[in-house]
Amino acid sequence: MTVNGFLQIALYFIIIAALTKPLGSYMTRVFAGERTFLSPLLLPLENLFYRISGVDPKREQRWTIYVIAMLLFNFFGFLLLYVMERFQAVLPLNPEGMSNVAPDLAFNTAVSFITNTNWQAYGGETTMSYLVQMAGLTVHNFVSAATGIALALAFIRGFARNSIDTLGNFWVDLTRCVLYILLPISIIAALFLIWQGIPQNLGMTVDATTLEGAKQSIAQGPVASQIAIKMLGTNGGGFFNANASHPFENPTALSNLFQMILMIALSAALTNVFGRMVGNQMQGWALFGAMLILSVVGVLFIYGAESAGNPNITAFGVNQASSPLQTGGNMEGKEVRFGLANTALFATLTTDASCGAVNAMHDSFTPLGGLVPLFNIELGEVIFGGVGSGLYGMLLFAIVAMFIAGLMVGRTPEYVGKKLEAQEVKMTMLALLVLPLSNLGFTALATVLPAGLAGIANNGPHGFTEILYAFTSATGNNGSAFAGINANTMFYNLTTAFAMLIGRFAMIIPMMAVAGSLANKKLVPPSSGTFPTDNGLFVGLLIGVILIVGGLTFFPVLALGPIVEHTLMHAGTLF
Amino acid sequence: MVNQIRAAIVFVVLMTLLTGILYPLAITGIAQALLPYQANGSLIIQNGKIIGSSLIGQAFTSDKYFYGRPSATTATDPNDATKTISAPYNAANSGGSNLGPTSQTLVDGIKGAAEKLHRDNSGPIPVDLVTASGSGLDPDITPAAAQFQIHRVAKARNLTDQQVVTLVSRYTESRALGIFGEPVVNVLKLNMALDNLNKQ
Repeated sequence: MTVNGFLQIALYFIIIAALTKPLGSYMTRVFAGERTFLSPLLLPLENLFYRISGVDPKREQRWTIYVIAMLLFNFFGFLLLYVMERFQAVLPLNPEGMSNVAPDLAFNTAVSFITNTNWQAYGGETTMSYLVQMAGLTVHNFVSAATGIALALAFIRGFARNSIDTLGNFWVDLTRCVLYILLPISIIAALFLIWQGIPQNLGMTVDATTLEGAKQSIAQGPVASQIAIKMLGTNGGGFFNANASHPFENPTALSNLFQMILMIALSAALTNVFGRMVGNQMQGWALFGAMLILSVVGVLFIYGAESAGNPNITAFGVNQASSPLQTGGNMEGKEVRFGLANTALFATLTTDASCGAVNAMHDSFTPLGGLVPLFNIELGEVIFGGVGSGLYGMLLFAIVAMFIAGLMVGRTPEYVGKKLEAQEVKMTMLALLVLPLSNLGFTALATVLPAGLAGIANNGPHGFTEILYAFTSATGNNGSAFAGINANTMFYNLTTAFAMLIGRFAMIIPMMAVAGSLANKKLVPPSSGTFPTDNGLFVGLLIGVILIVGGLTFFPVLALGPIVEHTLMHAGTLF
Repeated sequence: MVNQIRAAIVFVVLMTLLTGILYPLAITGIAQALLPYQANGSLIIQNGKIIGSSLIGQAFTSDKYFYGRPSATTATDPNDATKTISAPYNAANSGGSNLGPTSQTLVDGIKGAAEKLHRDNSGPIPVDLVTASGSGLDPDITPAAAQFQIHRVAKARNLTDQQVVTLVSRYTESRALGIFGEPVVNVLKLNMALDNLNKQ
């Protein structure tokens, strides 16, 4: 751990904090349908979309219709992507002649991309044609992110509205999110990333003759356009197998910094959108504060664990100490240009968010370094979180926190002016409990079935962690992996696909039921008996609830995986 | 309901056209016009031949060259398509070893690599020289890893250590804006400079 490392981490969070308010202000205006500086350019296009699709933008939807519209859109998106993968060999833009994707892998990948998971049981450069990467995967990078943000907006409206039974219009939220937010930022981001060295072409793999005379085939393609939205939409699906550790996906320290900003900026800004819409920006900053604290703790934990390195290799005369000439520590699976600080930061952020991009191989982290990304996902990815999904997940925890506070003082709990009653608390618990049911249930299944055990790459407790991480990542719609696991089998393609569907939609439906029920309620003005939710006490309570729920649910499996591996590593036990 | 189905189908088509066709093709067009070097993979071309990409590492095994980091990339076995074989720095199939810290295979591999390096220099080995990168294509080594190899390379090329030291310090890139990332030495660029030095 170095002073420069701490400085890089601190500067990153300062940049995020500085972007939150202006971006939040802009996003609030966009979703309220107010004019922005892009309106002259985009309003005609927006209206054209409504005209072709027959959508009346002024007509609002109740929560049930909002959810049905969202599900239908995702279903047809899934269908098109699946068909495209199955027939890529005969479709255009396939210069490398990739064959059709197998049915189970195509199903898994289509589910993965519509749910904003971007779990990849395939290597991009060896499996997918440029057409699928662009017209299939890139599209869902946009619309799955927009779906998440739209749902978050609907949920916020549930709190912000006074006795109204509608939550907005899904088609309008979707269109505005893509046109005014995701697309303009992606265009600028893609150009910046190309300047830093990410390729953007439709050419074939380039054959080079290396300095020593060997042949090196260098895969390329329309990379930058996908990477920009991959990060901005917290998708995380790489163009290449090695994801953001590949020099063509993340060539420099600046491209790395920029991608980390893209990854968190919108989720952080949504806390400000929330504050503005409920009429008190401090409500948003309280959520931001809880997220920031949990995130910083995670970074420092990984940074410390990875800096300590692997005690089992010092005997061979390997120097893992940090010095001005090397970062040292556990460098297996890491890139020299990022070093330890940027790897720790990236790994924390990508699992705080439901991004899942990786700039180093999590499978090769030290046990405690690998525990943090796993635990971050298990907490529900509410630390900034995926675009949209992070905010609505955090708000569900806020409901639980206020419910517990209400129990302690014996009053009906309130949050930002809405009374929380039996219906809301029941649905909230349902949304939160479905996640551990899926990831622990599937993990248990995989550890007793030969088909599950067959996928393990590492022996000992590390192998168990690989399985646990796979289902945690799939259920959490994260998409990162302990990538040694061989997930491209019938068993894993089907089970992880179901885990992804459960983690996305089985959480969304009760969450939207809460939103619908909240919107119908009257706004209660704060009184002397109201528990304030815009101060440090609330931040502490919220963090406490998140850690207690996560800790109680997941400590046993963490003890079986990373914690026991940590003690064995220090005892010198190898597998 | 019928309205919503119609809207869903139309929006899937519109979004595919806008974000899946128009957006990537427009970016490709702009990139090819304004930043053709980067957009085409930062290729290094010498005498009309493609040597490689300045961003992608290459396998170096000769004593005359600085070694890069170990690479865990693989390729399909030409004799058996269901199996893979080790193929370091295979830029058509990126990836890391994904071995955990308690893996016997990992520790044995590091031990073997360390023994080999100790033949050239008995000092402590910088950890990046014995660990595989995440991409398997890391173009860089740390300045410590470059210094570790200076004497071997100088001897193999009949250069003085000082000549190679000068070259290494010229090819050591500092942090971006003095703060971000880590100092690195790009192995391919350094080795090309070595070849040029010998030619002069």
